[in-house]
Amino acid sequence: MSDAQLKNLEEIFEQRIANDEKIEPKDWMPEKYRKTHIRQISQHAHSEIVGMLPEGNWITRAPSLRRKVALLAKVQDEAGHGLYLYSACETLGISRDELYEQLHSGKAKYSSIFNYPTVTWADMGAIGWLVDGAAIINQVPLCNTSYGPYARAMIRVCKEESFHQRQGFEIMMTLCNGTEAQKQMAQDALNRWWWPSLMMLGPVDAESVHTEQSMKWKLKRKTNDELRQQFIDQTVPQADILGLTVPDPDLKWNEETGHYDFGEINWDEFWQVVKGHGPCNKERMNARVGAWEKGTWVRDAAMAYAEKQQNKKENPAKAV
Amino acid sequence: MKKTNLYNYILELADNCLIAGQRLGELCGHGPSLETDIACTNISLDLFGQTRSYFQYAADIKGEDATEDSIAFLRFEREYKNVLLVEQPNRDFAYTLARQYLFDVYHLLLLEKLQFSQDLTLSAIAKKSIKEVSYHVRFTGDWIKRLGDGTEESHAKMQEAIDGLWTYTNELFEVTEEAKTLAEEGIAVDVSTLKKTYYEKVTALLTEATLTIPESKYFQKGGKAGIHTEHMGYLLADMQYMQRAYPNMKW
Repeated sequence: MSDAQLKNLEEIFEQRIANDEKIEPKDWMPEKYRKTHIRQISQHAHSEIVGMLPEGNWITRAPSLRRKVALLAKVQDEAGHGLYLYSACETLGISRDELYEQLHSGKAKYSSIFNYPTVTWADMGAIGWLVDGAAIINQVPLCNTSYGPYARAMIRVCKEESFHQRQGFEIMMTLCNGTEAQKQMAQDALNRWWWPSLMMLGPVDAESVHTEQSMKWKLKRKTNDELRQQFIDQTVPQADILGLTVPDPDLKWNEETGHYDFGEINWDEFWQVVKGHGPCNKERMNARVGAWEKGTWVRDAAMAYAEKQQNKKENPAKAV
Repeated sequence: MKKTNLYNYILELADNCLIAGQRLGELCGHGPSLETDIACTNISLDLFGQTRSYFQYAADIKGEDATEDSIAFLRFEREYKNVLLVEQPNRDFAYTLARQYLFDVYHLLLLEKLQFSQDLTLSAIAKKSIKEVSYHVRFTGDWIKRLGDGTEESHAKMQEAIDGLWTYTNELFEVTEEAKTLAEEGIAVDVSTLKKTYYEKVTALLTEATLTIPESKYFQKGGKAGIHTEHMGYLLADMQYMQRAYPNMKW
């Protein structure tokens, strides 16, 4: 292909995105578009799968049957999200095994928030309320992103996430209407999850390397700082309803801007966790790699069995 | 309490679902593939759903302040009536599936009879559960075949699991006093009548999976009488932790 032809294809491609048309797997796309999407979709898929672990930690100890069932179903939904997102990613010409390999080797990232420990039952509430709340803010715009399979996966993911968020808030509400011990548990969870949730929306705009290109491809519609402000504005009144105190002494409503002002985020902590030195990075990776390695013989057996069945079908005489 | 027999019989039915569901729930997020993880969680969810239906009914019968949760979480180990089979730990994926399969075959046969119970609530729970458990037995049965007739390694692991768990199968068919009385009234299932079909079905599938049927004639029992294996206390310590640490609270 000549440079002129390539340029022409790129122009048509960019025009289609500008017109809000969807790009589908068999359409031509620039290599950078493909790579960026593999990176982002797989990072999202990995976050779902690693995100099963901190909540999975409380399945056996959930305090009531109703909560146990809801938590199991929630963690299962996350597995389901992982499944559609890996499938969406596979349409870009990479296999699920390769994606796992990238996760296990540390080459691919996942959301840093899942490297924090879930130490009490209230963390199940805080994760649903704050972490899923921040995730929704990040993800709703992706329902209109340019890559068709990702956009369609996100529509379903967002529906389920908003259910999870309400469920998390309801756990918090129950605790806040409960005994003193339960209220303390809720406040303690908010204290621990508040700042990591703000960090979850990504580095400040000045340090965000992918923003500009991602905006053009509709992989991003608002900047990290805008999303963070939206999250804070939406969440602080919810904390008020719960009767909990947001652990930020600088938090204050600003009449002029119509937004909350908030204190400085500890970005050193953020980068420490991103670089692999958070409280649970090693545990999370060991759990994922461990499940994968312990499952090798199972997956091998399933393949061997399928081959045997296929052979029997093709050579019924020999299969006696 | 009126209807003590019925109450105890419901626990006998429900505790198997509760403990089997709890064991599968431990694995959520740690399965050998996403698809098997989702499927095992599904089975666990079905079993907890059935547990809730049974315990809500039991709580009605018990009256006082009983709830599904007080029955699920606030009994002592000796008061749980599940069979020893379902409390066995997840040593590896072969054990988990073999345990579940050996229970599922029994569970389906039981429900197919229980749907005709004279007790309308039990009959309704059974009818609803049959659909779910038919899927469980198909899923676990398919995996027994895959692992039994897969690779040499998987065959060895599955054989070891079947050999290890076989000793707990016979207890499934023990008839408790409560069940005996209620069976005469057309309420409970006389599980001893399921035994022949059970071993025929299991033998056929294990044979298809190229596995050897254990020959041992020695069996373990005790769960139905509340005498459990050493694994049970740890399972309960986990399961009851919140209810014990923070008594009388709403969650």
